[in-house]
Amino acid sequence: MTTLTLSRALNEGLRRALEDDPKVLIMGEDVGKLGGVFRVTDSLQKDFGEGRVIDTPLAESGIVGTAIGLALRGYRPICEIQFDGFVYPAFDQIVSQLAKMRLRSLGHLSLPVVIRIPCGGGIGAVEHHSESPEVLFAHTGGLRVVACSGPADAFTMIQQSVRSDDPVIFFEPKRRYWDKGEVDTAASPDSWLPLGSARTIYPGSDVTLLAYGPMIRTCVEAAVAAAKDGRNIEVIDLRSLSPLDIGAIVGSVRRTGRCVVAHEAPVTAGLGAEIAARITEECFYQLEAPVLRVGGFSTPYPPSKLEEHYLPDLDRILDTVDRTFAY
Amino acid sequence: MTLVDPGWVHCQRRRVPAAVTRAAGTNHRPVTVIPATGPEYAREWHVAVDSDDAVAAAGLRRPDGTSGELIQLLTPEGERVEHPDYPLDVSADEIKGLFRDLVLVRRIDTEAIALQRQGELGIWASLLGQEAAQIGSGRALGPKDMAFPTYREHGVAWCRGLDPAKLLELFRGVSHGGWDPKEHNFHLYTIVIGAQTLHATGYAMGIQRDGAVGEDGEAAIVYFGDGATSQGDVNEAFIWASVSNAPVVFFCQNNQWAISEPLEKQSRIPLYQRALGFGFPGLRVDGNDVLACLAVTKKAMQDAREGQGPTLIEAYTYRMGAHTTTDDPTRYRLAAELEAWKLKDPVERVRAYLVRTGAADADFFAAVDAEADELGARVRKSCLTMPDPRPLSIFENVYAEPGPQLDWERERFAAYLDSFADEEVGA
Repeated sequence: MTTLTLSRALNEGLRRALEDDPKVLIMGEDVGKLGGVFRVTDSLQKDFGEGRVIDTPLAESGIVGTAIGLALRGYRPICEIQFDGFVYPAFDQIVSQLAKMRLRSLGHLSLPVVIRIPCGGGIGAVEHHSESPEVLFAHTGGLRVVACSGPADAFTMIQQSVRSDDPVIFFEPKRRYWDKGEVDTAASPDSWLPLGSARTIYPGSDVTLLAYGPMIRTCVEAAVAAAKDGRNIEVIDLRSLSPLDIGAIVGSVRRTGRCVVAHEAPVTAGLGAEIAARITEECFYQLEAPVLRVGGFSTPYPPSKLEEHYLPDLDRILDTVDRTFAY
Repeated sequence: MTLVDPGWVHCQRRRVPAAVTRAAGTNHRPVTVIPATGPEYAREWHVAVDSDDAVAAAGLRRPDGTSGELIQLLTPEGERVEHPDYPLDVSADEIKGLFRDLVLVRRIDTEAIALQRQGELGIWASLLGQEAAQIGSGRALGPKDMAFPTYREHGVAWCRGLDPAKLLELFRGVSHGGWDPKEHNFHLYTIVIGAQTLHATGYAMGIQRDGAVGEDGEAAIVYFGDGATSQGDVNEAFIWASVSNAPVVFFCQNNQWAISEPLEKQSRIPLYQRALGFGFPGLRVDGNDVLACLAVTKKAMQDAREGQGPTLIEAYTYRMGAHTTTDDPTRYRLAAELEAWKLKDPVERVRAYLVRTGAADADFFAAVDAEADELGARVRKSCLTMPDPRPLSIFENVYAEPGPQLDWERERFAAYLDSFADEEVGA
């Protein structure tokens, strides 16, 4: 076991991916000498060369579009979008090109492209640097969407994403980049949890709390606090946002009878809405209360002095949990 | 030439004298034409953005030192002319081969339009008028080169050996293309305007990383239209290709119209001059001259393969048909413009050359026509006998590794479909 920050764990995972397969490339803005604005690609250009760790022109559509071309040539590019709010210029290339190429070619073409996106708020940033656009991609057939929440998963999930023959949108919780955790860098990939699987982070029996990415730490803190009050919250890290590990979700909610979904993204048509609909369908007779959501408001992301009110925190999560017990 | 509209005789292209040109390359003006009595449509004569005067006035030269003239090797009258920068050693048999290509792809096009009119295709994007640009460039490619088309490159598809029936699948709604791009080194049709320029550039960056530049090298060619030059992706591709010196040729068929929008809506300078600003050579070729298109594409591809980076080719041509079968060009352009371009027909000038030189006799032309008839019949038959896709194929080829969501949806939909089985048996 090694203690690593989430950023460092990603760096180690990327290094492994580059070592394992000469076709793996990294491309993005400032990923070379600078090592990325969050240092996730630190030293990789020095060690693998400018041909494999590519400082690109400042154009997100170009990053994804040329990555598609490289993938058509047999490469496995990992694109870094510098911040969540900058992914929109690449939206056509992701949604209309990357996601659809397999279908358009009736399976003749694979595009094993990973798009890394630092996401979420909580770092006091200016606008466009704190967004949670995951549902836009989860809504798009042909893409896999995953989110890591801590160093151990970051290390394995980035490597699994690179190995996937499907395009993967890989969300990184930017306010957790500096969180430390134990990472087993020696474990065999065969022992890793599959990329599509959810993970129970904190077992409990009273209510299921579903989250992913940056909200996991907050949810676990909420569960610890609730335990002191005698309430057993089960926290599940979804990890895969598309497809959802619906089996794990349903298994937990059928036991607890209650469910809260937490995410930073606005609740309107968010992932929580989809999850609530599926749970209603699959667990109707076990539910003791409606599935409730706690998340960002249906507004643009606010100025940073307001973000503590916008982002669900421990108290808002527990308030929502309390409300499921009011039925 | 028949003047179908008496008002048209006033509609003359106005060439702005170089002396009044405001700046290099900005000599275009949307020219409002003398209003005529009668029709109420706007009488704005479409003026193609033309550089010749501006280039001459400004003394502009491309990086290779040549001027920005229209490169032509075969005049509209079918006369063979030489160009100092583009010598083309081509035999009479090869020209006959190109003529056959031109006739056959025009026939595919004609047949497809007819199939659409008869309800057998949902839509068709005609290549009428652009045969020479596509055949000339398509025949310039080597087997290892990779072509990235728009949705109108039926002539390039033909050169790459793709069965025309595969094209119909897309326009009939049976698939989104579905061919294996690796089989013929011909990528899928891309419908989002300009998106494929980035794919070609990335592919060319892959060629570089494979060490496949240099002697016996490979290159990519990407097709797009005049309207696409306004797209961010195309401009990003220019930048990417330029800074990475990627082996890619940008082949722009300037057919003067982006659906209803004339070139003036896209550019104030001739398109090939855009390349200068991005740092690689651009040139304009007579897009209705199959020999010139062949020659310039051969050279640009060879330059790319040898590591000299990208070239922008502006094939100056004309969309003689509608944008697609859903379009009605009479709403936005004058029939007379088409009549003028008919005199520059890409097929007829090669026929004229072959007749003039005695390289082909009546038997040859009859044989090509017969082959075209046969091809047309085959295309028609392939369309009419094409099976519809199975309903559950909706869920196929979405993922390499399908997940629980699609499995769940497919199972439910399959059960729903099965629920009709009894009725069908009963019926």
